[in-house]
Amino acid sequence: MAVVCLRGPLRKLAGDRPEHELNGATVVELLRGLELRHPDVSGWILDERGLIRRHINVFVNGERGDEATAVRSGDRVEVLPAITGG
Amino acid sequence: MTELLIGTKKGLFVLEGEPDSGFEIKTRAFAGQPIDFATCDPRSGRLLATVTSPFFGPKIFFTDEDPGGEWEQADGIALPEGGDQALERIWVIARGEADGTLYAGGDPGVLFESHDGGASWEINAGLWEQPSRAHWQPGGGGLCLHSICTWPGDPGKLAVAVSAAGIWLTEDGGRTWRRGNEGLNPRYLPEEALKDENAGRCVHHVERAPRQPERMFMQFHGGVYRSDDAGESWADIGGGGLASDFGFPLMVDPDDPDSAYVIPLVADADRVTPDGRVRVYETRNGGSTWTPRGDGLPAAHAYLTVLRQAFGRAGSGEQLQLYFGATSGDVFGSGDAGASWSTVATRLPPVYSVVAI
Repeated sequence: MAVVCLRGPLRKLAGDRPEHELNGATVVELLRGLELRHPDVSGWILDERGLIRRHINVFVNGERGDEATAVRSGDRVEVLPAITGG
Repeated sequence: MTELLIGTKKGLFVLEGEPDSGFEIKTRAFAGQPIDFATCDPRSGRLLATVTSPFFGPKIFFTDEDPGGEWEQADGIALPEGGDQALERIWVIARGEADGTLYAGGDPGVLFESHDGGASWEINAGLWEQPSRAHWQPGGGGLCLHSICTWPGDPGKLAVAVSAAGIWLTEDGGRTWRRGNEGLNPRYLPEEALKDENAGRCVHHVERAPRQPERMFMQFHGGVYRSDDAGESWADIGGGGLASDFGFPLMVDPDDPDSAYVIPLVADADRVTPDGRVRVYETRNGGSTWTPRGDGLPAAHAYLTVLRQAFGRAGSGEQLQLYFGATSGDVFGSGDAGASWSTVATRLPPVYSVVAI
């Protein structure tokens, strides 16, 4: 299992827990698994196309990843709002 | 007591007061988040707000309690999964005629409907599956469905406007739709392109006259129009004294089908109030003539931009209250149908929408 780490409103939507152990071979599989376990997260990280929203960054073990990035058991996947605004 | 719901770039502001005695900010909700539109369904008292987080995408939230408390996320505000588009923004929410029915318009040219007072929504398939949709052209603000005009007493009739896919009409509750763009003259297109019904018809805002529902008023991207046949065809009424026929917001007096109010901007290349003066223009004769109403509004060196949803009303007739906000963060109000104005609020974040209840 990999660990998906959430902060801020995402954490609150996911049962107010910062870390979630999930199965999946890619980032998008993990995020779909997160949505199944916590339906309130649906639409907040992935859009209708199954793409990570433009201003959300995903890091796998500290390196920037995308939907197709492979994950292995024990990996840490951090989901963070990007540095953006105005 | 009038309540104003003011959607801004940095949160929802709820103000309470009277046009004559001033307003106070009672609540700021959704701190830091863009509120594109907020409204109240008077049948239930429910408040609804459209929030487009730059991080987490567009959502609708609602509350039946104190707006300063927790809001609940509505279900179903999304495009069908697996397509090649994502919902960009919800521009407007309108009350339907049937009990519990609400409509929401968004980008990309999408209409949602709710039959439980806004708790859950579904996409209007008739409009979403329009065969011409692939050819629809977005305006500068995206492919936004920004105006939803219901027909008093008839839930089947609806008109919506999409920038820049023009006017769409239904008489069967949204199962089938047809265009209503006859007479519109997009001056930004070459004449030959007008034959192409998919060429952009950049409607900025549409309102229906409730007492005479066949009559509608439109602020176009250059041109102010009136329809007397429920949106089938349009006649230009922008020539009778307006400082400019470019602008976004438009409002009507629900008691008077000959009335309309617009807030002109210089032009598409210079989207500020003309001559450095803030003026609302009123017609009481269906657009034959327009009269500037600026008593109490900034009259010098005031270059404001008023967005399409930032013009609201309460009451009607001689008690008509009008309110508008600008991207400068200023909000102005009138308690005498536009004859005189006062400042309602200053130094708010850029104002996206104003609704009076």
